[in-house]
Amino acid sequence: MGLEDLLKKVKHRFNDEKDEHKPEHIHAHDTKGVNIPDDLFFKCPRCRTASYKEDFEKDRKVCAHCHYHSRLTWKERLELTADKDSFTEYDAKMESLNPIGYPEYAEKLKKLQEQCDLRDAVVTGECMIRGYKTVIGIMDSNFMMASMGSVVGEKITRAFEYAAKKKLPVVLFTASGGARMQEGIISLMQMAKTSGAIARFSDAGGLYITVMTDPTTGGVTASFASLGDIIIAEPKVLIGFAGRRVIQDTIKQKLPDEFQSAEFLKENGFVDMIIERKKMRSCLARLMKLHNFEKIGGEESAKGAKK
Amino acid sequence: MKMTATERLSLIRLKNRPTVNDYIPLVFSHFMELHGDRHYGDDAAIMGGIAEFYSMPVTVIAQVKGRNIEENKHTNFAMPHPEGYRKALRLAKQAEKFGRPVICLVDTPGAFCGIEAEERGQGEAIARNLMEFMTLKTPIISVILGEGGSGGALALAVCDELAILENALYSVISPRGFASILWKDPTREKEAAELMKITSEDLLGFGVCEKIIPEPSGGAQNDAQLMADNISEYLFDAVKRLCAVSIDVLLENRYKKFRKIGMFTE
Ligand SMILES: [Zn+2]
Repeated sequence: MGLEDLLKKVKHRFNDEKDEHKPEHIHAHDTKGVNIPDDLFFKCPRCRTASYKEDFEKDRKVCAHCHYHSRLTWKERLELTADKDSFTEYDAKMESLNPIGYPEYAEKLKKLQEQCDLRDAVVTGECMIRGYKTVIGIMDSNFMMASMGSVVGEKITRAFEYAAKKKLPVVLFTASGGARMQEGIISLMQMAKTSGAIARFSDAGGLYITVMTDPTTGGVTASFASLGDIIIAEPKVLIGFAGRRVIQDTIKQKLPDEFQSAEFLKENGFVDMIIERKKMRSCLARLMKLHNFEKIGGEESAKGAKK
Repeated sequence: MKMTATERLSLIRLKNRPTVNDYIPLVFSHFMELHGDRHYGDDAAIMGGIAEFYSMPVTVIAQVKGRNIEENKHTNFAMPHPEGYRKALRLAKQAEKFGRPVICLVDTPGAFCGIEAEERGQGEAIARNLMEFMTLKTPIISVILGEGGSGGALALAVCDELAILENALYSVISPRGFASILWKDPTREKEAAELMKITSEDLLGFGVCEKIIPEPSGGAQNDAQLMADNISEYLFDAVKRLCAVSIDVLLENRYKKFRKIGMFTE
């Protein structure tokens, strides 16, 4: 879509603002005065094309132009993944302490907890996916770039322990900037802890499916994200170990756009499948079926999820 | 007198601080180096092989800092590529098969960050080691000699006992990286070093390591032989202690050692 078309659409949108049929999932705009274009456009960080936010959100936050699957909040992810009203949260009250006494860490956590409706960067629990009962973990990059500290490490570890006990599969939607620096060495140890939990879960025959979402990097890539029996990635998301800037500084040249993309990882043999957001539920359900899990939810719950 | 974190940071970067090339001949006898990961290549940043330790066969896996620029070019300043970690895993599995204890000597600024490292799956290689070492059915002892840099060090430090030389450091990121990321100011490196709690005493307090190996007065560089003797003395004790434990108990304790680390409320 060209810029002119977009501008036309904006104008149209302003006029449209009074329309009562405004879809509910669009954040309400202030109709008086002028809106900030940021509210109306999604500017894709991959192809840099701006698209109309309403279309973008209707399309599950996927860039219509290049198919980049952009970041979701944990609630949006849950809504797209779990059967309606099937989610029960684990360890909802867990909060991090301040192991190295990092200045103002507690205040920062508190502020984000209010902003994101989260206690830390991951939500874990049980839900049904098209009738298949599963342990699910969703990382939310809005919370300190979903970095892994004590809480992420402990919740992920417990998720595998619960799943082993209940003989359920585990699906983790990973997203992370890496280790939580503010927790120092304690955050590094979470890599070993989570990987150890997966070793035990795996030895007991458990099925673990990783879904890598934007961005999956650093210590999370170098631990639980890379250890799935099946590793799925969403199209065009960033996946890597080292930061792009760090590598660019080392080699003193600009890296190509596709470097560290989901597609790059698949080509190099580190991702099993790239699956579009709209097909994710059916893909996950199929994988559970192929691993002989029993569908226990009724048809209603299978159809119940929003999308 | 105990040195500050900043002083230790300078100390472990001294050109004459002993490296594995100094320690291996002093601590072990008849070290035979084994090469390659059997998938891609041989990474000189990680050296591995079989040696005798008080007449007992052991597998030694070590990150190699060079003693001069030539050696460092060859060993990539002890920053391993994925094939280095995969070689380490291959040798650890071999040790498991033949019932040898594994001794890892850690000394790295971190895993290498580069295009090829990403193409060959640096993240996956580290993750795989963390998982496999956790359930490896033979004793594993890791010793941090100088720099314990992030995931690149941890990939050789999932073990039954972690010992750290008195002045060595172990951290989630280098103090410089910490200052650069959190404060956008790499020049605040010293301030970061003091804040991050990365000294041997800090790590012992956190339960991250089990033992501090004392260094000769002024640092390991002043007496490599004495330093090697201290390492040997610790290893002799640890090997004896861990070999006396049944594998099931060993693995349970290893898991619990990491399982309990984390600071949270609920
Ligand atoms: Zn795009």
